[in-house]
Order: sequence, then structure tokens, then C-alpha cells
Amino acid sequence: MQRKRTLAQQDALVAFLLILPSLLIILGISLQPIVSTLYLSLFEAQRGINVQNVFVGLANYAALLNDPVFWVTIQRTMYFTVVSVGLELVLGLAIAQLIHSHPPGWQFLRTSLIIPWAVPTIVNGTMWRWIYNADYGALNGLLLQLGIIDKYIPWLTKPNVAMNLVILADIWHSVPFIALILQAALATLPADLEEAASVDGATAVQRFLLIRLPLLRPAILVALIVRTVEAFRAFDIIYVITNGGPAYGTVTISYLTYLEMFSFGHIGRGSALSFLISLFTLAMAFVYIRVLYRPEETL
Amino acid sequence: MKAIRSMFFALAALVLLASAVGCQPGQATGPATVRVLTMEQAGPTVDEMNAIVDAFNKANPNIKVEIEYVSYDALHDKITTAMSSTPPSYDVFLVDDIWYAEFGKAGYSLDVTDRITQDMRDKIFPAAWDITTVGGKVYGMPWLLDEKYFFYNEDLLKQAGFDAPPATWEELLAQAKVLKDQGIVEYPIVWSWGQYEAAICDWVILLYGNGGSLVDDKGAPAFNNPTGVKTLTWMLQTIDDGYTNPASISYVEEDVRNVFSQGKAAYAVNWNYMYDLVNFNKDESQVTGKIKMALMPAFEGSGVKSASINGSMGFSVAATSPSKDAAWKYIEFLTSESIQNQYSAHLLPIWKTSFEGENLTKLQGYTPANAVTVPMFNEQFPFAHVRPKVAYYPEASKALQLALQEALTKQKSPEQALNDAAAKWVELAK
Repeated sequence: MQRKRTLAQQDALVAFLLILPSLLIILGISLQPIVSTLYLSLFEAQRGINVQNVFVGLANYAALLNDPVFWVTIQRTMYFTVVSVGLELVLGLAIAQLIHSHPPGWQFLRTSLIIPWAVPTIVNGTMWRWIYNADYGALNGLLLQLGIIDKYIPWLTKPNVAMNLVILADIWHSVPFIALILQAALATLPADLEEAASVDGATAVQRFLLIRLPLLRPAILVALIVRTVEAFRAFDIIYVITNGGPAYGTVTISYLTYLEMFSFGHIGRGSALSFLISLFTLAMAFVYIRVLYRPEETL
Repeated sequence: MKAIRSMFFALAALVLLASAVGCQPGQATGPATVRVLTMEQAGPTVDEMNAIVDAFNKANPNIKVEIEYVSYDALHDKITTAMSSTPPSYDVFLVDDIWYAEFGKAGYSLDVTDRITQDMRDKIFPAAWDITTVGGKVYGMPWLLDEKYFFYNEDLLKQAGFDAPPATWEELLAQAKVLKDQGIVEYPIVWSWGQYEAAICDWVILLYGNGGSLVDDKGAPAFNNPTGVKTLTWMLQTIDDGYTNPASISYVEEDVRNVFSQGKAAYAVNWNYMYDLVNFNKDESQVTGKIKMALMPAFEGSGVKSASINGSMGFSVAATSPSKDAAWKYIEFLTSESIQNQYSAHLLPIWKTSFEGENLTKLQGYTPANAVTVPMFNEQFPFAHVRPKVAYYPEASKALQLALQEALTKQKSPEQALNDAAAKWVELAK
């Protein structure tokens, strides 16, 4: 018995040593920046050579939480996140179902679906900026030819319109991700459950809502967490399409952090903002897991 | 146990290897490397800039210059990020006039006052030195003397029966009405009023052209007064009347150039570089040969003849650079009179002497564009205004951009928006 435990301990030691390099890398790459961001957020820190940072405790956080701009930005970010992720989920599920039903050419459809997802966000943003251009953009050209509009519309000049158009660009880019995850999950579902239900007289809607959707829950959970966190931190697509305009109408929380930190040089306040973003995303992931995750359903 | 021991050896080897990689190579060997950060936008093209680097490297075998390009809008943030490491990622960087105060205060730009020779002081435009000098200290070498110019499409104006460009903004609107009513062009003028620095540049042109100014003698905001409100209201009115292209609210200079190049606008305001591209480059423009430049209009009754925006830039040495002397040597080469004359198609020289006597004739003959832009520079530059030299400029500018946009998108009245921005400027100055 004594000998056996030593062996187990040895195994544990070897296991630990084997994961040690990746552990060090993870600690170095993700934990260290989080800790130093937290540290910096407690200072009145400015940019510059030999600049002395002044410890201010939680003053940066207090100032942010009392700033109406912060809350308006949070609201705007929530709108962006909820609308884009919500629509992406609905569309992604529909596309996944379509591919799963194996229509003619479904393999081609599945492969071509990857293209929007594979386009880097910056390139995607630039493309949509051109599409939305009021004077030579494809959107105006298309709508005019279809007879839907009778003159060109300056799309990006109204804050709410600009926000919805950025969301549209984000949806185009990210729907494939959700569709592919859900399609892969659909492919692993046992067919006999639905067949049995069908024999028992369940309608297609009932089968979808009561059998397929619950079985897809773990895959939906993964897709939702990844996409919500991404959407909440959206920055590059906004930077390229609108630069936060018009009139701050598309400034999200990440964009505000970028302005504070990199454009204005408020390192302390910017760090506090980044840390708040981390807390928000952590909270959202927590809610998702509590609502959607059921251990016994793990596939 | 053996397995564990070999694991330890492997780990130890890994750690050793990692620390060896992390070691700095000795500074003594090989030529000194000078890393340069500049922009790919307005001014000389990438090919031209690379050619200057090659010429310098050939003439200086003990120095090796490596050059990198970013867009103007990314330049400021790239510099400030690069300067937070030691040694900095770049030894030389291009600095816009509005950043000199900030970089001087932060200690990023090297104080080069002692490196400026009397010859340079005498022969370079005083206005150029104003750009790179903050509080009596010189933080960089001037490189690009630019301002916004007034462009018009002579062909479209003739169709509407006008032989001369407008001298005032009122006259411009009167011409615009005819152009619009006759269906020659839907939106006669296009601006860069997007939420970028570009909006501030256009605003300075209109505000100063109306007798106003951004700040008073003491540096306090001076734009939230009847003149400022009148100017902003005028901008809004030109959109409502359909004279200003409504997409201007989302545009930067490149959008202006694209619209103007398609003949979709009769007037435009842009930097020097647009003339060569719109009037001579058939790949880029559908209106080649039809474009003229004129003195920037001003408002009637303002007592101002013309007003423009000074958008000059200079090169600085990173204060923490390990190879300051080599870096300065490259800057001297880059800004020398001969190099600047050679590449003057997209960049007018900082040297007063290039504009005098025989040199002026030569300068005008270097490219077809120069024949027009060089005299135009001489005419317009005395009317170019600089933006405030304050360390908090990026934040002040963003507040004013927001105010302009809030008024132009009708979320706030011009008066309210300008008062809010002015309050922010006062707060920042504290």
C-alpha cells in the first residue's frame, strides 16, 4: 500500500511538471496583466518618462461609477451585445438546421460559411465602411437599383442608424461561428429520440422545442459565452467603420477604454475601466452557466 | 525516479535556453540601427520614403535605418505605446504639431535645441520652427509644412455660368444654389466633418474665417460665443439646405478626395496632396485637368480675408533612444534642402530659400503640380492658424469633435454643445 501511494504521488508530480510550462505561460500571459491592471487602476497614473504615479485607492472606480458617460456607454454596449448575439443565435440556429437537413449542395454551403468568419475583423470593418459609404457604397447602389430608395442615403450620419449598421456588420461576421458550432452539435444528436417522438405523434415544433433544443443546450451555452464576451468587448469593427461616431453614438465600453488609455493617456482610469469590463464579462459568464448549464446533460 | 530526473534536466535546459534568448545582444557589433516610425498618408509616398532611406543607408555604412508606416489616425497611439518600453521600439518618429506639447511634457521627444545650427534657423520658415518649439525648447525638426486649401471644379462652375471661384462663404452658397437648382451637382460642397481630428481642422477654417478663434490670449476656450454659435449654425444650415453633402458628418479627408475625384462635388477643402492626385492622376480621378485651387474663402463682414488650418509635422528623436546621434543624422538628411526639393511633388520644403529667386523657378518646375501648389502655398500660408499647444490636446479635441457632432446630428443646440465642450476645456486646463 505504501509503495502504491508513492507511485501515485510520483504520477502526480510528473503530471504537475508536464503542465508546468503551460501553467507558467497562462500565468504570465493572462494572470499577470490582470493583476498589474488592477494595481495600476488604484493610481492616478499618467503617461510619460519618469512620471510619478499617485496612489488614489478606489477613486478611479468611484469617478467612473459617478460618470453619466460611463453608464450611457454601458447601456450602448449592452444594446450592441444583446441585439447582435440574439440575432446571431437565431440566424445561426436556422442555418445550422438548414445544413443539418442536408439540402442539395449542403457541403458547399457549410464550407463557404467559413469565409465571413475567416475574414479578419479589421478587413471586415473596412469592407462594410465601403459598403455603407453614402456616395459610392454598394448598399445605396443596391437599394437604388431595387427601387427601394429614390436617392442615396448618408447611412452613418445618425447615431442610432450607425449603431444598427455596425451590429449588422458584426452579425455578418459572427453568424457562421454559431452556425458551425450548432451544426456540429446537431450532427452528434441521437436520431432515435426524435424518431420515437415522431411515432408517438409529436409535431415538428414539439420535437424541436422539447427534444432538439434541450439537447443543444451545452453547445448553445458555449457559443453564447464566447460571443457575448466578444461582443461586449467589441472594438476593432467600431474603430474602422465609425471611429465611435457620429456624436459618440457607437462608442462602446472597450472604445471608451481605448480613448482613456491610449488617446488621452489616463492609464489609471483606463485600467479601472478594463478591470470593470473583466468583472462584467465574468458576471455574464456566471449567469449563463447558472441558467443554462446542467451537469447531467453533458454530452 | 529516472523519469523525474530527466524531466528536471529538460526543464533546466529549457529555462537556460529561455534566459539566453532573453539576453540583449551586445551593442558594439555592427552598424547602429535607427528605427523610424512615420505615416502612409499625405506627403511623400512609401516608395519615395524608402528611396530616401536607401540613399541614406548607402551614404552612411555605419548606420542602418529601418522604416515603418502606419496611418495618421494610428500614429499618436503607436508612438505613446512604443515609448513605454526601454529602449523604445523607435528611435525617430513623426509628430503632428498638436502633439508636441504633450510629448515634450511626457519626455518622449528629445530636446534638440542645441543641435539646431544657425544655418537651419536662418533658412527655415519661422512658422515651421513654431510647430516644433514648445516653451522655448525645440523638440523636433520640421518636415511637412501643410495647410488645407480650397479646391474647385472649374468645369462644373462654368456649366453654371461662373467664371471665378467664390471669395466668401456667402458667395459660395449663392453659386451652390445655382449648381444645385440646375441639377449640375446634387451636393455642391463636401467636407470632412466626421468624428476625427479632420472635423476640428475644418471647424478652425470656418471659425477663424468668421473672425473667431479657439482660445483667447490666456489660453481659455473662446469658441462658445456668438461667433462660434453662428459658425456652427451655418454648417448645420448648409446641410439642411442640401448644399453640403450630408455624408460629410461621417467623412475624413480621403472620403472628400474620393467624392471630389468623381465629380460629385464642385468644391472641396483638403490638404496639399489632393491636388496632384485629383488633377493629374487618371487612375485616381475622373476630373483630371478640371481642378483649380483658390484662396480659402472667409465670411462677409468678418474683416477676415481668408483663414486656413496649419497641419504641419516634424520628426523627433526618442528621448530614451540608445542611438540619438545616428537618429539625428538621419533626420538632418531627410529634412535637408536637396532631399526636400527632390520630393517636393507631395511635400513642400520647409526651406525659405527654396522659395526664393532662381530656386523658386526650379521648385515650380519639379512636377506639374508644383507649378500651382507652390504659388498657392505662398498665398495661403500667412492665413494658416495653429491649434492650441497644450499637453491635453487629444482629450480637448475629442470633446470639441463630440460637440460639433452633437450639433450636426441635432442632439444638442449649437450653443449648448459648444458650452459643454468649453466647460470640458476649462476642466482639463486645471
